[in-house]
Amino acid sequence: MARLDRPVSRRQSSWLLAAALASSLPLAAHMPLWLVIATGAAFAWRALLSWRQYRLPPRGLPPVMAIAGSIGVFIEYHTILGRTPGIALLLIFLGLKLLELRSARDAMAIVLLCFFLVLGQFLFSQTIPMALQAAFALIVTTAALLAANDDRPPIRAQLTRAGILLAQAVPLMLLLFLLFPRIEGPLWGLPEDRRSATSGLSDSMAPGSIAQVSQSDAVVFRALFKHPENIPPQAQLYWRGPVMPAFDGRVWRVTQTRAAYAAPPWPARGPATDYELTLEAHGKFWLFALELPALLPADSGLTADYQLLSRQPVRNRMRFEQRALLLASAGREEAPALLREALALPQGGNPRIRAVAEGWRRQHGNDTAAILVAAKEFFNRQLLIYTLNPPLLGKDSVDEFLFDSKRGFCEHFASAFTFALRAAGVPARVVAGYQGGEVNPLDGYLVVRQYDAHAWSEVWLAGQGWVRVDPTAIAAPSRINENVMAALPAGEPLPFLARNDLAWLRELRHRLDAVSNGWNQWVLGYNPQRQRDFLTRLGLDSPDWRSMIAVLAIFSGITLLALTFWILRSRQRSDPALLLWRRFARKLARCGIVWQPWQGPLDFASRAAEKLPGRAAEIREIAHDYAALRYAAKPHESSLLRLKTRIASFKP
Amino acid sequence: MRSPEIDAILADINRIILGKERPIRQALACLLARGHLLIEDLPGVGKTTLAHVLARVLGLDFQRIQFTSDMLPADILGVSIFDRASGTFHFHPGPIFTQVVLADEINRATPRAQSALLEAMEERQVTTEGQTRLLPEPFFVIATQNPAYQIGTFPLPESQLDRFLFRIELGYPDPAAERELLAGADRRQMLAELVPRIQPAQLLAFQRQVRAVHASPALIDYVQALVRHTRTSPEWQAGLSPRAGLALLAAARAWAMLDGRDHVLPEDVQAVLPAVISHRLRPHDDAGKVGSGVTATRLIEVVPLP
Repeated sequence: MARLDRPVSRRQSSWLLAAALASSLPLAAHMPLWLVIATGAAFAWRALLSWRQYRLPPRGLPPVMAIAGSIGVFIEYHTILGRTPGIALLLIFLGLKLLELRSARDAMAIVLLCFFLVLGQFLFSQTIPMALQAAFALIVTTAALLAANDDRPPIRAQLTRAGILLAQAVPLMLLLFLLFPRIEGPLWGLPEDRRSATSGLSDSMAPGSIAQVSQSDAVVFRALFKHPENIPPQAQLYWRGPVMPAFDGRVWRVTQTRAAYAAPPWPARGPATDYELTLEAHGKFWLFALELPALLPADSGLTADYQLLSRQPVRNRMRFEQRALLLASAGREEAPALLREALALPQGGNPRIRAVAEGWRRQHGNDTAAILVAAKEFFNRQLLIYTLNPPLLGKDSVDEFLFDSKRGFCEHFASAFTFALRAAGVPARVVAGYQGGEVNPLDGYLVVRQYDAHAWSEVWLAGQGWVRVDPTAIAAPSRINENVMAALPAGEPLPFLARNDLAWLRELRHRLDAVSNGWNQWVLGYNPQRQRDFLTRLGLDSPDWRSMIAVLAIFSGITLLALTFWILRSRQRSDPALLLWRRFARKLARCGIVWQPWQGPLDFASRAAEKLPGRAAEIREIAHDYAALRYAAKPHESSLLRLKTRIASFKP
Repeated sequence: MRSPEIDAILADINRIILGKERPIRQALACLLARGHLLIEDLPGVGKTTLAHVLARVLGLDFQRIQFTSDMLPADILGVSIFDRASGTFHFHPGPIFTQVVLADEINRATPRAQSALLEAMEERQVTTEGQTRLLPEPFFVIATQNPAYQIGTFPLPESQLDRFLFRIELGYPDPAAERELLAGADRRQMLAELVPRIQPAQLLAFQRQVRAVHASPALIDYVQALVRHTRTSPEWQAGLSPRAGLALLAAARAWAMLDGRDHVLPEDVQAVLPAVISHRLRPHDDAGKVGSGVTATRLIEVVPLP
């Protein structure tokens, strides 16, 4: 083996610097500025040292700077434990180690640090570009490791060799990825790759709030339908989210936040649509599902107004199976308290729509279905315009929208419609969520993005229960039958990705989304459940992590046994004389005469004889016997036996 | 057991060249292994005497070629001269047609003259004017190089150095040997009084005996391990060639034979290793030039016996 104290050449230090850069650059975004500057300065200093052949800083400096850096990290984070402080410390040490790079030993330390930092990148982000960058950093670091042992090959050859070495490790990597027991939940806080965590539906709705959400093209969730030919028509794709029964004249709010049902309170009858939903992290509790859901995912519950809530905020991407009962209805026998809540209106305000609603009530009395028809007709007659840029509304927001500006986004429609029905004595509430979605023809997933955010009304009719009514559909049917883009007048500011008049853009978007979805589903989403499915498909029945560990242990045990057997066999093939000689050497080693593995037998014998003059003759005889047995043309059969007895009786 | 003739030969040479047992033994081993010897040392340390004594005690004829920069291949190989009496060309063999040739200061000659000699050494025959003439048997070239004065010389390239089985250094004698040399009888006189200990036929028999020395599989493993290490270690610019591996084994056989053994031991390999590899391996780090002995010791100490 190459010696660890041999000096590091200029070429080697350049390789190490490249590895340090490749493995630490992506981390800079997560580090405080002072640390980035300090580490960068150390790297630059190293570059100067190698290229200008300056002398290294004095030996005492790096330890002092390491202590100062650790104190800095402690001041910054109030701890030196955990993900970010830990990585920050490693970065400081890497910079300083580069400054005391003298021998191959330091080079090894740098290479190991670099490998660890590459791993550290995944604690911050697990996206595809990050993985590609990490692969690149791995190749450079492995090449630096190769160069630390032999710096003669040119750059390309080193990189190729490193690539080949890493490629050889891929099967093992895949095997461990697939078979190593997955643990439910991360060991420590894993990265939050959620772009959409800040934008998205909230538990209240004021005019303009959904229009704002729809400015984002972030993916909210993806649904994969069991039977692709059975994807419901766009007009039925209502993904239910927050339900808002409380209104204060301007803002609608969620009131129910506690699970009331452990199972869906409606019968699982009628046509069903099965799908699997992969929900991106959004930091809230809602599990969006097609109306009405027939299943409750694990750790979730239904509120009294049928919001599907997770017990924990959705902080990581999650996947659940769901079944939609598109034609089901609910709440035929609704609790009076809920109905009272669905009729409540603020004192005063919006007198014009109140007057109109009073007219409906006078005309139709208690016939809520007839009032609903009248309300729909009224909305139709008002010739409302669907737009992302409605004018600002004043105190009587409903009146101003319906009679003056007549321009609004879905929240205006839902708000006004619900208000009007309540004023006419019909229980109604606002439901927010997403409407529609786009099927990616490449992988069959239906993708729902933030710009599909929508709000509609839910009306309670005696004898029918809660009925969904979408007032937006009255004014702009294309919003529901197609999508936002189709419904909006030309020139409205929509997210670039929502534009579907550009065929190439659409194609590109589909491609990118299919790749990123595949990564999410199969790499990041390879959780215990996926692993179980995979193993079951391999023929392992209901494997739990214990039996998986057992299988892994048995596999590695067999591999180890095979290796041991192979090594032992090659040992057994070795000369019996050699085995006797090793025994002899062990005996002499006990009294301080160590046989170096490169020493010839006669050489060793004369050295040993010098140290043990009393046994010189015996030692020489043994050495001669052994030398003859191992190296002569035709040793006597008996001499092995003689050597054996001589060595056995030899006592130094 | 070692043959009494070889003991007598070594004793004779050691009597004339004092305090140089190891180089003398190496020179004899080189001859017995049918290799050629390169001595790199300062003038006056006994290179010529060594060659002369060797030729004398082994009963071989001896010629010395002093290499100069105006030397032509014909000066070494010989030339055909028109004989007026018989009306034909008559070949006058050059000094190379001798059993022991001392090629003095070989690096002073031009590459053309050098390669004439080196090719003859390798082929053991000379081809001039379309005619091939065999060199005598045994045939042994001792070339000397002067390392100190390199101006106006043509150092042998590595490919040519490879033709020499051994490269050794004689070095100054130690004080006791030097005193004996100064106080003792005239070496030239002693040389003249030497009588051959063996006949050339006997020497050829010894050479055959060397080739029959047994190298066990374990030993060949060891030689392979040494060669392989020089090829994979970054310490040298290039590893040992297969020819160098053969040379190492041949030399180790001769060394074993000089020790009176019919099989090679790792010790034999280690003993000849410095002389065999020092001119064949160039350290990668040229700046820190180390002695040939250090290189060989380092190699020996990192390759365990298989």
